[in-house]
Amino acid sequence: MTKSKADEEDYWNSSKFKAFTFDDEDDELIRLKESRQAVNSIQRLVEEDDDEDDVEKVSWSGEPVGSISWSVKETAASNQRTDREPAFPKIPTDTPSLSKSQSGYSLSSLFKGKTKGGNFQSFTDTLSDSSIRLYAPELRKPKSEYKDYVSDWSPEETIQRLQQGKTAPLEKFRSLQDKLLLLDFAVSAHDGNVITAVLIYLKRTLSKEVLFRELESRQTALRHFIHYLTETKDQRLLLELLRALGRTEDVALLQYKEHLSIADENKRRDFLKSCLSLPFSAEDSAHVQDHYTLLERQIIIEATDRQAERGGKVEIFQKFPRRASILNMPLITTLYYCCFYHYSEPEGTYSSPLNIRQAFKISEKQYFVTALAARAKLKAWLDVDALFTSRNWLGFTRKKSPLSFQRVVDVLQKNSAPTQVLQDYVGLVEDPDMRISLAQKHKCHDIVINTYRDMKDRQQLLGYRGKVGRGSAEERKIDELLNNQQIRWKN
Amino acid sequence: MANSARRDSPELPDFSLLKRLARDQLIYLLEQLPGKKDLFIEADLMSPLDRIANVSTLKQHEVDKLYKVEYKPVVSTSDQLCFLIRPRIQTVKWICDVANADKAAGKFRRYKIIFTPQKFYACEAVLEEQGMFGDVTTDEWAFYLLPLDDDIISLELPEFFRDNFLAGDQRWMRTAGSALHLLHSLYGPFSKVYGIGRYSKMAYESWREQVEQGEQRARQAEIGNVFLIDRDVDFVTPLCSQVVYEGLVDDIFRIKCGCVEFSPDVTASDKSVKVMLNSQDKVFNEIRNEHFSNVFGFLSQKARNLQTAYDKRRGMDIKQMKTFVSEELKGLKQEHRLLSLHIGASESIMKKKTKQDFQELLKTEHSLLEGFEIRECISYIEEHISRQVSMIESLRLLCLLSITENGELSFSYGVDHLLTFSNLRQLGLLVEQQPGETLTVMESRVGKLVNDKTAGKLTDAFSSLAKKSNFRALSRKLNLVPKSDEEYDLRVPRDMAYIFSGAYVPLSCKLIEQVLERDGWTGLEEVTRLLNGNEFAVTGQITSINGAKNDAQRIILVMFLGGCTFSEISALRFLGREKGYKFIVVTTAITNSSRLIESLLDNHV
Repeated sequence: MTKSKADEEDYWNSSKFKAFTFDDEDDELIRLKESRQAVNSIQRLVEEDDDEDDVEKVSWSGEPVGSISWSVKETAASNQRTDREPAFPKIPTDTPSLSKSQSGYSLSSLFKGKTKGGNFQSFTDTLSDSSIRLYAPELRKPKSEYKDYVSDWSPEETIQRLQQGKTAPLEKFRSLQDKLLLLDFAVSAHDGNVITAVLIYLKRTLSKEVLFRELESRQTALRHFIHYLTETKDQRLLLELLRALGRTEDVALLQYKEHLSIADENKRRDFLKSCLSLPFSAEDSAHVQDHYTLLERQIIIEATDRQAERGGKVEIFQKFPRRASILNMPLITTLYYCCFYHYSEPEGTYSSPLNIRQAFKISEKQYFVTALAARAKLKAWLDVDALFTSRNWLGFTRKKSPLSFQRVVDVLQKNSAPTQVLQDYVGLVEDPDMRISLAQKHKCHDIVINTYRDMKDRQQLLGYRGKVGRGSAEERKIDELLNNQQIRWKN
Repeated sequence: MANSARRDSPELPDFSLLKRLARDQLIYLLEQLPGKKDLFIEADLMSPLDRIANVSTLKQHEVDKLYKVEYKPVVSTSDQLCFLIRPRIQTVKWICDVANADKAAGKFRRYKIIFTPQKFYACEAVLEEQGMFGDVTTDEWAFYLLPLDDDIISLELPEFFRDNFLAGDQRWMRTAGSALHLLHSLYGPFSKVYGIGRYSKMAYESWREQVEQGEQRARQAEIGNVFLIDRDVDFVTPLCSQVVYEGLVDDIFRIKCGCVEFSPDVTASDKSVKVMLNSQDKVFNEIRNEHFSNVFGFLSQKARNLQTAYDKRRGMDIKQMKTFVSEELKGLKQEHRLLSLHIGASESIMKKKTKQDFQELLKTEHSLLEGFEIRECISYIEEHISRQVSMIESLRLLCLLSITENGELSFSYGVDHLLTFSNLRQLGLLVEQQPGETLTVMESRVGKLVNDKTAGKLTDAFSSLAKKSNFRALSRKLNLVPKSDEEYDLRVPRDMAYIFSGAYVPLSCKLIEQVLERDGWTGLEEVTRLLNGNEFAVTGQITSINGAKNDAQRIILVMFLGGCTFSEISALRFLGREKGYKFIVVTTAITNSSRLIESLLDNHV
């Protein structure tokens, strides 16, 4: 960080980083193109007798027929029709009484003999052999569970069993001390799955107050619990927990987050307004305020513009129909939109770019980039020019930019600005090397020639002579310079 | 580079066994479910499943139709539904909805959930709460490890990163231990385990316990040493732009489960093509680890060779032609296809990168890594944000800035809002903002350089994830940034820095190199202190030494907990060639900067 500017330039110019540049289109791309041509020239032969399948099987997995992803797509396609039809549920005609007593299906209730006799009878009758076989392994379950129940495992053993995916009854841990022991063993086993299992049990069997209190001193368990509540979408309990922990800013953020599920813009705006009083941090509070102000403004702009567009009287909306509503768009998109559709409006309106800039304290640079992009998109080159022009105290105009001119050229070029427009800005690029490379790229010959002249680089100028049109004005200019005895060339 | 390999490099173990095991177990599970059934597969399990089985395998075991889990009502008419899913609460809830809807409609079906790689109690609790426990039966498919290539094995669990590092949920620790246990019992016994990071320690512990509980068969070790590393030990490396071919392809086209989809502009045809990218692709295999600048030369040489080979058939008589067609043509044709695809990909990469001022971006990254002209970097990032180039990219640069500067920035430049370390909050809540939101906020305050909530928080999140990252001090201690005054020939790389154009040796790989060289952490005390400790080096029981075992000692399994990048894999391959090791990379998922940032942004309302 203490290196000087000179060092830095040295650094960037060192051969290390010149080894290869992505900007350097010509050489590498030409080589690639040559390779491409070479390869393409062989194309015909390859197509002559293409036993593609053969090749495909060897090394291609363009989802070959028979792959699982392919098959899933097939099912999806074949189901498309049924998809659209309302799915009427099938009504079992042979065992009408069954549909009413769903619990009759469960084998445990069969065991306990809770099912009414008649239903039970007809149920078994309809069962095919295979389904009986399917249920068979389940028959053993109650027995093993019974065995689990009588085994008297310590908290530690219980955690070990859970870790191995075995069952272990938690119900016998009833004292708070036992429950916490269980939790602490789970945490020290570093198995999140088991930690959560214990937490679910604690959630069921402890009051919130006690649970929250105990979690406060157990950070690992607490994080698991928060994650569990987030995943199960138990918003209410999560809010209560955060409140109990005194994390009011998180509570506010979590509540604020609910706006995402409100689709109606007016309701969303009102919701945001109600959020303003939540105990955010100072920073967040400003953000929420901005969010509210922005949406409020967007609603107004949207209503006006939609009407103007439908009315068909405002030219800009006819020439460039809006692609989407401005509602819920980010701030900069909104600014861009207003620079596009409402550029010259007086500062007092809601949609005036200057008004937006002021209301949201947008930096000069940010404003500038956005306005530049919007006006360039419209090819309003005069507006672009005006953006840069400032008068000094003597009344002379000069071009100034909070953004590097190199970047400006970039933006303009992407919006296909004509060469005459581009060269004004290329000429303003400060760094001579950068200026030359941009000028070459955009065919601003004059700038290249003048820069080489200023650098007194005869060799480069001589080289450039080969790149301009034979007999062109540029060539003549170069020749004049090369013959000029007054220039003291450095090479 | 491929030619400079040391002759004595040991052979890699055969990991296709892992696929076979997984497939056999899946078949077994399906056989437990006699009769026709429809199978619902979770979206992100489809590609992994495709790598080990195909439709006919499933059909042979009476799977009738295949569906993707889409959280919509099901249209299946089958009376047996089987769900192959990750243990996620949301998915289980959906299955309960399906079953409950059937119940309400009086439809009788049987439901089976197969969780992979394991089930979670929280999922069973959902079944219980929804009154479906028992009606929906469950099973586990221990599909822990998917070999993506000869030397890459993935757990395909991208959520490991977010769950562990952001939410602090250790649910995957047992999984990581079991994965290690599986490798140990098939290719071990390991003789040494090194590691660094909290979760590495936990995974090690979990593995050790499982070894103790199980029986150990005596067998010839194929993998001798193991290195475990947490992703938060090194966040800098995965945040950098990748410039090695495979990494670049991943950054731009996104390699998914070892497979990439090349769009029509790459294939120069009207359809996109899915291509497996692994060592089976002879062209790819030769360029995957190369710095992008070397790729063109290689491809054009290859194209010329190919042309010569084809030209041979001119002037051949019938008999010669026959031999040519039967022996050479097929190989040539395949090479031709591969070549034209990789040329197309390279062209497309060049076009994209030229468009977005890649060179300048790299300069900024290198500056950040070297730690000078930070002011310039900040203004570059600021400009990047105000031009709305790409939000993910902006955040990536901010995070890189935040980690590499580690707070020094705040008092030297006064942008205290950017790095308010004292104001750390619960991470789970910090980042759950909608991408659009982030953008709004970020831009609204850009004049003061992102002193806004969300972006600030993200960098906070990163800084706190990385604890005090101490990057600058680490970089000095480990010599991560080579002196800039020396020329770096990317064609003949002299160290692992070549993967970042000679500007930076990846911290993660440098640690591995150092620890292997020293056979432990001795002499690295200062480094481990800067990395917040949690290092370990353990030796197993010493068994008799013979020739084959020596080979195993040079096979090193590196497990990344929280993901690793292709660039890191390339760097390790380079290190392996230099030192005569073979590295096997096991990772919870392949990651890169975008995936890392997106995993922190993603928002479930």
